[in-house]
Parts: sequence; structure tokens; C-alpha cells
Amino acid sequence: MNAPAPLPPSPYSSALGKSNVESHTLAVIVDNEPGVLARVVGLFSGRGYNIESLTVAEVAHGEHLSRITIVTSGPPEAIEQIGHQLERIVPIHKVTDLTLTGRAIERELAMIKVRGKGDERSEALRLAEAFHAKLIDATTESFVFELTGKPNKIDDFVELMRPLGLVEIARTGVAAITRGPMAM
Amino acid sequence: MSKRQMTGAEMVVEALKDQGVDVVFGYPGGAVLPIYDAIFQQNHVRHVLVRQEGGAAHAAEGYARSTGKVGVLLVTSGPGATNAVTGLTDALLDSIPLVCFTGQVPTHLIGSDAFQECDTVGITRHCTKHNYLVRSIEDLPRILHEAFYVASHGRPGPVVIDLPKDIQFATGWYEKPEITAHKTYKPRLKGDAASILQAVEMMAKAKRPVFYTGGGIINSGPLASKLIRDFVALTDFPITSTLMGLGAYPASGKNWLGMLGMHGTYEANHTMHDCDLMICVGARFDDRITGRLDAFSPHSKKIHIDIDPSSINKNVRVDLPIVGDCAHVLQDMMEVWKERSLKTDKAALTEWWKQIEIWRGRKSLAYRPSKTNIKPQYAIQRLYELTRDKDCYITTEVGQHQMWAAQYYHFEEPNRWMTSGGLGTMGYGLPAAIGTQMAHPDALVIDIAGDASILMNIQEMSTAKQYRSNVKIFILNNQYMGMVRQWQELLHGGRYAESYTESLPDFVKLAEAYGAKGIRCSDPNDLDRAIKEMIETPGVVVFDCIIEAEENCFPMIPSGKAHNDMILAELGDDGGLEIGSIIDEKGKMLV
Ligand SMILES: Cc1ncc(C[n+]2csc(CCOP(=O)(O)OP(=O)(O)O)c2C)c(N)n1
Ligand SMILES: [Mg+2]
Repeated sequence: MNAPAPLPPSPYSSALGKSNVESHTLAVIVDNEPGVLARVVGLFSGRGYNIESLTVAEVAHGEHLSRITIVTSGPPEAIEQIGHQLERIVPIHKVTDLTLTGRAIERELAMIKVRGKGDERSEALRLAEAFHAKLIDATTESFVFELTGKPNKIDDFVELMRPLGLVEIARTGVAAITRGPMAM
Repeated sequence: MSKRQMTGAEMVVEALKDQGVDVVFGYPGGAVLPIYDAIFQQNHVRHVLVRQEGGAAHAAEGYARSTGKVGVLLVTSGPGATNAVTGLTDALLDSIPLVCFTGQVPTHLIGSDAFQECDTVGITRHCTKHNYLVRSIEDLPRILHEAFYVASHGRPGPVVIDLPKDIQFATGWYEKPEITAHKTYKPRLKGDAASILQAVEMMAKAKRPVFYTGGGIINSGPLASKLIRDFVALTDFPITSTLMGLGAYPASGKNWLGMLGMHGTYEANHTMHDCDLMICVGARFDDRITGRLDAFSPHSKKIHIDIDPSSINKNVRVDLPIVGDCAHVLQDMMEVWKERSLKTDKAALTEWWKQIEIWRGRKSLAYRPSKTNIKPQYAIQRLYELTRDKDCYITTEVGQHQMWAAQYYHFEEPNRWMTSGGLGTMGYGLPAAIGTQMAHPDALVIDIAGDASILMNIQEMSTAKQYRSNVKIFILNNQYMGMVRQWQELLHGGRYAESYTESLPDFVKLAEAYGAKGIRCSDPNDLDRAIKEMIETPGVVVFDCIIEAEENCFPMIPSGKAHNDMILAELGDDGGLEIGSIIDEKGKMLV
């Protein structure tokens, strides 16, 4: 028997080549009009892009401008495409890839409910202090902590709370802004 | 002009007038009656009643594609809107400017599952360039004009305006706003100067260049077509085009290689494969063009001129992107070329043309003639020869006949060829022909059709009849969904599941039932006479051209293969090659 022939390269493999998956944070300024979020989300689902987190709120009430912050992941070529596809959406003013502009500050807020008694309860409180989490609600058998920070700091805190009686988490998703005096 | 008070429905008609719209394709229903009433009471805007809203969309596309103007359709809420969705999607994929008015239930009923309510903006969000739900009469004048701006500027596309019935009845102030720029939508027309300089320098150095052009040139307007002709004349570079770009460069031009891609010519595809510089103008490297991506033109530098930044680097990584309108960029490139007195590498080009002549020598569009049966290729060739000196516009349906039309009908001018490229919508051709005829009442408009496709919008025969259209429907009748049958032969062992078009109507009698003329021809010796009869008969004519049923469409790049891996007719149908064995397992997965 002959040795098996080498497999031909896949006809699907794109000329873009295989590149590494990266996570990027995009800041998108949009007209705050009905349906604009649906357009953005529909673009991601329709074209098979990932959304790791998405936040949106109006940032200029007079002009009705909202800022959407999207954390997405994919090969750099796909992320470049996402930027261009977003720019095609008519009510979008501006798309900035904060990961490319560099050194953006990213923050997320989480509220974390922990239930427990005795040692576990005091351990939760001690750890919360170490993480600079704020205690925003307490009963004799529960705490709610508020924690702001990078997403991985929140992940770490959540993991520590898990064995101590973690019952519920609410996270806002990432908001991000560039450092320095300039606007994006 | 000063502000005038009027109803929302009147504003719609007023805006159509202000936009220079002379014809609207539509179908009435409860949610658009106020607009129909407003149309009824004036004489500026003509309404063409189609027989299904899908027909209105394709008719508007044909109108738009053959004129360069925005096509307009008007449909009712619910089923009216959903029937238009295929045409909107078609227009999105082929970048055709449309404005579609849809009726909607009154504002206070939205969300209540009212009669004939559907979430039109939700449904059409994915198949329009932009859409609007009008929520107040104050917004309406702006939205009306903005819609035309968005549809026609930048990369053109369809725009929907969803109009609740209470807004149509409401009274407000109308004034024609002068929209010269949009708040957020600002397509870039001029290309980057440094990139343009770099592009012409690359062209001057190229040894094996090719122009690869597409529908963007047609959309850009007649100037872009003129400029590409001038540029080809100046450089003597070879030029090929996608399906959507046919006519931008004349098929009789000496540098013309024919169409490229899946059913493109041998010389076009080999030139693309072996070139060292590809200048892509207004095309988008779609999968029908590139074939196997990792073997696509492996040794070339690529320049890509496109008005839509998202087209760049989407499928194929290019070396030099230039974002801008084709005409602007070509004009600037020409100027820089002349300013710098650039010269092409003549010696290299001579060698290149020698090679191209060898590829041309393969005569990839040759087919074995028949004395007894009409070969589809022969039918199109005769149709072309007998209509070429006429003011002629061609539309098509989708299938083998469409590819034969692209291969054997030769286009000398832009905007003469209306076909559904991106979406591949069967049923496009007849309504598109009606729309084209509306724009060009004295022209000879021919829908080159297939026996299966024509039935998808056959009801539009009534429309054609009502408006005394002279549309000719030239059916290449193979009693098959020929393209499906061809793929079943290639991929599924020749098991022709459901691709035989059983129980076809008698097309001659069908024509007569609609008050049109029917002609049947099955004898190649009688074909010229019959085609002449079709041309000379006024009014709608259905030509039932009975062709050799099992003919396949060649040349072909089978899915998953490279440009230099084509099947030619001499090997395929005629050479006894087992075509069922050509496509590998992975290629079968592709469409
Ligand atoms: C609306 C729609 N449905 C299905 C298809 C898939 N399809 C592509 S070609 C074709 C057959 C067309 O047959 P016919 O019109 O007779 O043309 P022929 O290929 O025989 O020339 C079909 C079913 C399509 N393109 N459009
Ligand atoms: Mg057929």
C-alpha cells in the first residue's frame, strides 16, 4: 500500500491566512434612535461575529448620541471587517478600535450577592475589602458587593466568592475610554 | 420654495415629484390607500400596477439599473411588505438604488398584532441599506428626501420607508429640503492621492497586468465606463469583467477577454490567475469570481478601487486599497499618469498578449453545432446578431440561460444588461424587463428566460399587457431547471431529483391567454425567421425556444477549484469526460 496522499489544502481556507484570535474593544458613537442597537447586534449575528460584551447608554442628551462599547474577538482581518461593516450602518457616526489606538482604560461594574454565616461570612467581607469592593447591601445572612474594575479583576473576585456562598451576579459589561487629553 | 401644509400622503407624492420620479411600481392595500388617493389626484407621477409586490421590486430594479436613477415601489403593510423582501435583498446584493414605501398599521396599533401588521423595519433591517419607521409627521419631509439620498449615494442600495396609516392622514408642513450631505453617512468619493500615485506607478511597472472590473463601474455612471475605456486604450492592458459589470467596456473592444469567474472564458480566468498586477475596479472578489481562494491569482499584486471600505480585504487581501468612487479615482489616475508621462512596459506587454492569444486560441466558448436541434448558445448568438443594431436592453432570469446570455450576447454599452447577480433570483427577468421598458418606451427589451424561472413571476404578463409594453420573453426551454440538473450531474451521480420541469404550460397558449403573441421554434433552420418575427411583432411576445435539453453550460470552474482548473465543453459534454468525478468531497460542500 502507498502512504496516504497528503490532504489537499481546504478549498475554504481563505487567502487571508490563519491568524490568531484577538480580543478588541470597539467604541461606537451612534444616533440614539429606535432600532440602532438592533442594527448593531443584527450585524454581529448576521455575519457571524462574536460579541463578548456590549454596553450602551446615551452620552450626549442634547444631540441624542449614544456610545456603544463592544468587546469582540476574532482574527485581526475579521475585526477590521467588523469596523468597516459597522461604518456602513447609516446612523453610526464613528467607530474606533480602542485596542488599536492603544492603552485604553476599560472598566466594568459588577454587583455580587453572597449568602452565608459564620467564618465564610467574615472571609467574604475580608476579601471584599482587599478588592476594594463596596458593601452596598447587608442582611444577617447576605451581602451585596459592588466592584468596579477590569473584567478579569471581577472574574477573580467572583471565583473567590464562589465557595463562600455566591448566589447571584449582575455585570454591566465593559465601558472604555482612551487615556490622555484627546477625544477618540 | 416656501412651506406648504399638506397630508403625509400628499407629502409622499410631493417628494416623488421633487426627486424627479416619474414612475412608481406598486400594489394597493388598506394601509396605503391614502397614498393611492394622493397619486390618483395628480398627473406627475405615474403608477404602474404590478400583479405581485415582488414584481414591483424587480421592476423598480430594472428601471433603476437601466437609467442610473432611483427605482421606487409602493406596497401595503404585512403581506405587501413581505412579498417585496426578495426584491429588496436582490437590490442590496447588487447595489441597486431603490426607495420602497410600505404601508403600516396606525401608530397606536403597532405591536398589537393588528390586521396585516408585520415588523417591517425589523424584517427589512437585514436586507436594506437603511430603513425608517416614520413616527411623526414632522419627521416625514426629512425622511423622504434622506431616503433618496442614502439610496443613491455611496454604494447604492434599497431603502424602506414604513409609513403608518395615521401619519399618511396627518397634516404637516412640507418643504423640499436641500440635502447635500448627510449627518452621519458620508461616503468618500475622492481616492487618496498618495495611493493613486502608487497605483499608476505599479501599472507602469507591470509586466502581466489585467483590469478586473465590476458592477461598481456601472453604478458610478457613464463617466466611469468612458474612463475605463480610455484607460484601457492608453495602456493596452487586457480587461475582464464580472457578470454585473458587462457593458462597461465594449465586448467588441480588442482588449476584451470576456467575462471571468465560474462560467467565464478560459482567457479571462487564466489571465487573472497568471497576472502580476490586478487592478480591480468596482468589483468585490465574490466567490463566483475567485473560485478556490487559496489558489486565486497567487503571484499578483492587487489594487482594489471601491467606494465601500468593507469590500476591501473582505475575501481577498489586497496590496493597495483605494476607497473612492470609480469615476473619481480613474479620472485622478489618468491625470497622474499623463502628468508624469508614465509609460507601460511595452516589451513585457507584447509577451503577455502573446500568452493571452494562446489562451484565446482555446476558443472556450466553442460548442458543437447541431443541424437538428437548437443549441442554446446558437440561439443567443442569433438573437444577438439579429438585435445588435437595435436599441436593445437585455434582462435575464437565473440559470444556464443567464450564463449563456452573459457569454454569447455581447454588450457594447453600460446599463443595457439587467440580471440578478448576487442573489440569483429566479423571477427577476420579466418584471425587470417591464421596469426597463417603462424607462425606455421605444427600446427593444428582451427577457432571456428559462422555462422554470419564467413561471416564478409569470403573472407580470398582465402588467406588461396593461401598459402596452413591448417586452419580448425569449425562453430557452430545456424542460429542466437546467442549472440544477447540471449540478446534479456534477455532484449527485446524475440523479435528477425534481429538476425536470414536469407539466410545463404551453407557452404559446399561455401568451395568448394574456393577450400576447406566442411563437414556438424548435428548428435551427427556422430560428432566424422566428426571431425576426418576434422583433417585428408589436406588443408582448413570448418566444418558446425549444433547445437541446441536456446541454451543459461551459466553460466552468467547478466549485472549490482554481482559475486554471477549468472544464471546457470539449472535455465536458463532448469529450466523454466523466464530469461526475471532477469535484472533490470538499468542493461538494460549496454552492
Ligand atoms: C427563487 C429561486 N429559487 C431557486 C433557485 C435555484 N436555482 C438556480 S437555477 C435554477 C433552475 C432554473 O431553471 P430555468 O429557469 O429553466 O433555467 P435553466 O437553468 O434551465 O436555463 C434553480 C432552481 C434560484 N436561483 N432562485
Ligand atoms: Mg430550463
